Amino acid sequence: MGAEQIETKWIGKRIVRPDGVDKVTGRANFGADLRLPGMLEAKILRSPHAHARIKSIDTSKAEALPGVLSVVTAKDFPEVSGMADAGEAQVNFADLSRNVMAREKALYDGHAVAAVAATSASIATEALSLIEVEYEVLPHVIDVEEAMKPDAPLLHDDLFTKNVDPKPDKPSNVAQRLEFGAGDIDKGFGEADVIVERTFRTAATHQGYIEPHAAVAEWTEDGQSRIWCSSQGQFAVRDMTTTLLGIDHANLKVTPAEIGGGFGGKTTIYLEPVALLLSRKTGRPVRAVMSREEVFRGSGPTSGSVVRTKIGMRNSGEITAAELGLKYEAGAFPGSPAMAGCMTAFACYDIENAKVVGYDVVSNRAKCAAYRAPGAPMTAFAVESVLDELAEKIGVDPIDLRLKNAAKEGTRALYGAKFKQIGFEETLKAAKDHPHYSAPLGPNQGRAIACGFWFNIGGESTANVNVNMDGTVTVVSPNPDIGGSRASMVLMAAEVLGINPDRIRITIGDTASIGYSGLTGGSRVTFAVGMAVVDASKQVVTQLCERAAQIWEVDVEGVEWRDGAAHPASSNVGDFDPLSLEKIAAQSAKLGGTITGAAAINARGAGPGFATHICDVEVDKGTGRVDVVRYTAIQDAGRAIHPGYVEGQMQGGVAQGVGWALNEEYIFDDKGRLENPGFLDYRMPVTSDLPMIDTQIIEVPNPFHPYGVRGVGEVPIVPPLAAVASAVSQVVGKRMDQLPLSPPRVLDAIDG
Amino acid sequence: MTKQHITTSVNGESVEYLCEAQQTLLDVLRDELGLTGTKEGCSTGDCGACSVIVDGNVVCSCLMLGAEAEGRQIETIEGMATADQLHPLQKQFLEQASLQCGFCTPGFLVAAKALLDKNPDPTETEIRFWLAGNLCRCTGYDKIVRAVQDAAAEMRGA
Amino acid sequence: MPSIDYVAPTSVNDAVAALAAASGNGRVLAGGTDLLVQMRTGQITPQTIIDIKRIAETREIAESDKAFVIGAAATGVEMSAHNGLKTTFPGIVEAMDLIGSQQIQGRASPGGNLCNASPAADCVPALIAAGATCTIAGPNGTRDIPVEDVVTGPGQTCLSQDEFVVSFTVPKPPPRTGDAYLRLIPRTEMDIAVVGAGVCLTLDDAGVCQAARVALGAVAPTQVLVADGAAALIGSTIDETALNTLAAAASAACNPIDDKRGTVDYRKKVAGVLATRAAQKALERAKA
Repeated sequence: MGAEQIETKWIGKRIVRPDGVDKVTGRANFGADLRLPGMLEAKILRSPHAHARIKSIDTSKAEALPGVLSVVTAKDFPEVSGMADAGEAQVNFADLSRNVMAREKALYDGHAVAAVAATSASIATEALSLIEVEYEVLPHVIDVEEAMKPDAPLLHDDLFTKNVDPKPDKPSNVAQRLEFGAGDIDKGFGEADVIVERTFRTAATHQGYIEPHAAVAEWTEDGQSRIWCSSQGQFAVRDMTTTLLGIDHANLKVTPAEIGGGFGGKTTIYLEPVALLLSRKTGRPVRAVMSREEVFRGSGPTSGSVVRTKIGMRNSGEITAAELGLKYEAGAFPGSPAMAGCMTAFACYDIENAKVVGYDVVSNRAKCAAYRAPGAPMTAFAVESVLDELAEKIGVDPIDLRLKNAAKEGTRALYGAKFKQIGFEETLKAAKDHPHYSAPLGPNQGRAIACGFWFNIGGESTANVNVNMDGTVTVVSPNPDIGGSRASMVLMAAEVLGINPDRIRITIGDTASIGYSGLTGGSRVTFAVGMAVVDASKQVVTQLCERAAQIWEVDVEGVEWRDGAAHPASSNVGDFDPLSLEKIAAQSAKLGGTITGAAAINARGAGPGFATHICDVEVDKGTGRVDVVRYTAIQDAGRAIHPGYVEGQMQGGVAQGVGWALNEEYIFDDKGRLENPGFLDYRMPVTSDLPMIDTQIIEVPNPFHPYGVRGVGEVPIVPPLAAVASAVSQVVGKRMDQLPLSPPRVLDAIDG
Repeated sequence: MTKQHITTSVNGESVEYLCEAQQTLLDVLRDELGLTGTKEGCSTGDCGACSVIVDGNVVCSCLMLGAEAEGRQIETIEGMATADQLHPLQKQFLEQASLQCGFCTPGFLVAAKALLDKNPDPTETEIRFWLAGNLCRCTGYDKIVRAVQDAAAEMRGA
Repeated sequence: MPSIDYVAPTSVNDAVAALAAASGNGRVLAGGTDLLVQMRTGQITPQTIIDIKRIAETREIAESDKAFVIGAAATGVEMSAHNGLKTTFPGIVEAMDLIGSQQIQGRASPGGNLCNASPAADCVPALIAAGATCTIAGPNGTRDIPVEDVVTGPGQTCLSQDEFVVSFTVPKPPPRTGDAYLRLIPRTEMDIAVVGAGVCLTLDDAGVCQAARVALGAVAPTQVLVADGAAALIGSTIDETALNTLAAAASAACNPIDDKRGTVDYRKKVAGVLATRAAQKALERAKA
């Protein structure tokens, strides 16, 4: 496969998604929609303390309440250990087990400490109030920099900072230190005409999916069990749940429900092992559903951050050196996206001398979970803001400044990769040519641009493609469809098979029906699972050609597949009428049996994604309120399989980024309790907050994908933080270096 | 505990149910009547996933008691399409890729229908403020607003 | 599970009787947009829910020569649809309309907004500015009191446990009167007011302000009637000097707290800004 765009018939068409009608009629079954006969309702008791030793838990009164069938606590969970990969992160099972159910200590407000199964939700709720937990409240720490201090309250006695020399002899809240670099930064800064150094802060933000976590679990007498739940990966749910409970993978079948948004937040487990344990103890199916408050208190946000960056530049606009230090909140257990934050920080630019240092820090907050391009938006906020300031200082157009330093084919990124074909410069040039960039601004309005990068991933992926006797085709995908991926899979299968997508149906397989596949995450599904679908479809084409060869009694090399039919490869083969897929399928029983393709690949070569965004804001100088009045997102998608859903990813990422920039934040009281665990005061953008979000898809094909696909889902959340903040900075005349840009903060900047 | 016996109309059909005083209309629709198309996203009236139309007004079914429904006319997402015909809003949502995960979609469709029932030609601003009580985290709202505009045009015969 | 009763009386007397029977454990249900949330989060656990929406007097919006009478359980949608009310007191209707989403508007009521006794209630400053009174029913009949006297602190009212608000009366104003309500929220919708400001003012033929009332929300334990603010407007043509004095009076009248929605300094500053803007808007309406 080369760099050229391939001519296609179906790819690029905006078909109606195969699961669409179910989703507009209310038929689609999400996590909380399943009801089984005899099903019990589970409720979880959560710690009201940010940090407390659990001295005892007395469940006897709760168990005595009529209608209560079982209560579980950490004592019911086995001790587990070990690590495993989970999408873009690593999972430590001892930590995961303790996050699912607090063991020695409750480590954050909202940490689960016990669970009840009862015949109704109201009885289960009442039973929670009868569980007596004796806590020894401990000093807590919320803020990342406070948590790093030597005298900070320690969350874990056995946590020693990794990667520091000499090995520390005292435990710390700093889980690890990361460092890498290139060249000589002292020399680089010495060559600079201008240097800007600033520290930026962002608040923890939640993924904000509208569907709360939900799971139904059923244990059977012979140990074979089942879970139905919404997640970003039924296989990940199976593997984590079985590991935590010490059961065989084959003894748990996880069926993916439709998923009501995840954005990374549903790549881990919370309720599943709890519901399954309760089912084991009661012999009844158990349903557990989080309330919105539980989602905010108990499930993962992304890290709040402190990022210091320093960039040196010649008056010509060439970056001579760059340095960045970040501190990320991991929540109660190690595992913030500090590494990804470090790796992505300068990935848009070709920088000779650079150094990046990162710290992963625990504090008394809910354990963070992946959130769309985990770790990247915060460092992009810092780097892009400083570049904006440098452009102003040296009097260069901010797009020209970036073009001067832009990563391109052959650039070795600071994190090690040498880029193949990438489309960063193309996004910058498109931004410069976009009418938005030169449109006049109104009073109190400001405009800025910002750029973003995300690696995208590949990984283990499977697909089955089955030809039915009437010539229709059924595809089995192993990955939950979180944003229209069924449509993309069908388009790719249709392209390979040469038949109308209407003839192809697709289902998402459970863990027993298809081979293991990685999470729906890392912007990998259309790329990697798409490759598996293409692979399986090609197997089908091979078989179809073989059958045609049998029918025509010629060598298989003499048959070629095009437009959904077998044709003689040349006139030398013979004079045969084309044999359609339909005709061959009808004879499949006679000619060797069912035609089916099954692919299992470990996809490599996910093309990195780049974006450039343009943002206009208007600031009310009397109140500090900010409105985003115009927004344009430009991104390299490699190849847009279904452009409607590519645009949708771009627009959705922008909306989340705008929320992060303007109003979203976790607010804690002085006891470390979350004060805004609801959509009223955790302020995500509503319809009237946003303008139309203009999109422009750039297509620089990824040479590693048969149709040139790059992941698109994550990049769009990377630029908006800086784009919004820099635009506000233009209006208020001061660099806005702390998010969110809530009205009080902006008014402070205006009034000095 | 004393349960209330309620007779009401859901999607044009007469329905009877028993409910506890504190059960919301949302609880009743989902748990007693099996109409799970109406979703629970927050239970505090902040997300609109549970939107239904009661006597012509769109409301959050999480903020109405099941007991209050006596004698009302309730419309849910399940009643929006006929056996062989999607509502123009449903059609436009599909054609314009206005949904990604689809969880907020029933609420948006019900709220948008209530808008178009009252105002066949809303401006973009009117649409945005009418739908401000429906949270979507996937789409950035752009394609939703466009679908409502185009469905309105289609329904006007424009 | 504690048993909860639901009753839906059809007369004021029956409702009072139900409240009395509940002896302090009853809760009045109007639109339910606050009550149901508080029940769900366990903030309150009533034994009896008394739904007042089947009582005719709580539902009507009546216009006479002298006044508008607005049922306590009339919804935002119904108030917005009332042309007479909207023309005469656009500020009251806008204030009501600002509460929550369209879905909330289908249920939320001015009576509920008042009796929930939140300092940030949007409808209340506008009603106070317009000089509204409310009719409270109890075992001894009804009594009428000014709206500003109802709320005594966050979550607290002067109503006894067997009383409820039946309706509001807003006297028809003299000609050349205009009202307005503005609030500050971080988003464009769906938030609780960080600051709210209601202004109602009347001009004479020469454009000099004859009467004015200024009320603020979310800046003190209860809504604040800002007498100094009104005094700044009365006798002026609402010029820059008067507006500056109003802004200073509004800021000075604040007794706010730092909380998750705003800071003391911010609320004081913005109270002045919003009072000024609301006065300008009311002025435009009075002139129209």
